[in-house]
Amino acid sequence: MSNQHFYDTLRRSYATSVPHVGELGIELTRIDGEAAEARLPCKPEFLGDVERQLIHTGVITTLIDSICGIALLAHIGKPTRIATLDLRVDYLRPSRPGKDLVCRAECYRLTEQIAFLRATVWQDDPAAPVASCLAAFMRTGRPGETSARSGLQ
Amino acid sequence: MKMEEARRLAREQRDSAALLGLVPYAVYLGLRIDMADPAAPVLHLPFKKSLIGNSALPAIHGGVVASFMESAALMHLLLMLDEQRVPKSIDFSIDYLRSAHAEDSYASCAVERLGRRVAQVQIRCWQANPAKPVALARAHFLLAGDEPA
Repeated sequence: MSNQHFYDTLRRSYATSVPHVGELGIELTRIDGEAAEARLPCKPEFLGDVERQLIHTGVITTLIDSICGIALLAHIGKPTRIATLDLRVDYLRPSRPGKDLVCRAECYRLTEQIAFLRATVWQDDPAAPVASCLAAFMRTGRPGETSARSGLQ
Repeated sequence: MKMEEARRLAREQRDSAALLGLVPYAVYLGLRIDMADPAAPVLHLPFKKSLIGNSALPAIHGGVVASFMESAALMHLLLMLDEQRVPKSIDFSIDYLRSAHAEDSYASCAVERLGRRVAQVQIRCWQANPAKPVALARAHFLLAGDEPA
């Protein structure tokens, strides 16, 4: 399977095999071996603070976790079982409804078993991020194994 | 409804609908608050299909587990403190210990440090077996303190 073919497969199967992503409305805008990017149009139900009109940070975390997973699969370049080990998110600025959230994630170190990723989320300006994240993932499949259990085929 | 009244209903009548209503995303996820022990509320996330992140296993989306735990910490603070505004998230860190199955999830929180401006909260999430947590997390929140509402 060529890399491009695999990226297309990932893109196609993403919304259907990850029901919550379809539910939220996350749209993949870029996927290749270097990075994955996605856009999430905000909905009124994403608010975490009605009085101040702020988006709930949990929405941002969910977006980050999803796009890190996609970025990692694309970086590996073939179907693989992966699992998030941990992630840490810093909420740098409040995020406002009425503007999309954009997330970019990249794998900056990949070993046989572990992958390290970073992600950034912004609204208008990539230089003024609302959140940044570091995450570690595990490649849970045994070496050489490709499995349907990755959920993305 | 004002925060004060919502908190009173939750504490005295064990009716947390108004308090949850202040955080629309918690309602969207379907969060519930079990106030059986008022000193140690348990946050409850009933399973629904739209929370699935991996249809093959199936497993709840890791991001949902994280945002459930963030919401749990936030609701815990709203219940246990007398804040007049919703605390702001500073940071959040989660360790995933097991995959979350297609079943109900629960979370309990502990405020390990409460300063004038910042609260540190530990969060534990489990499913059928409380002894086998699905994830552990911690979060810092900025409190409104004396900030005028």
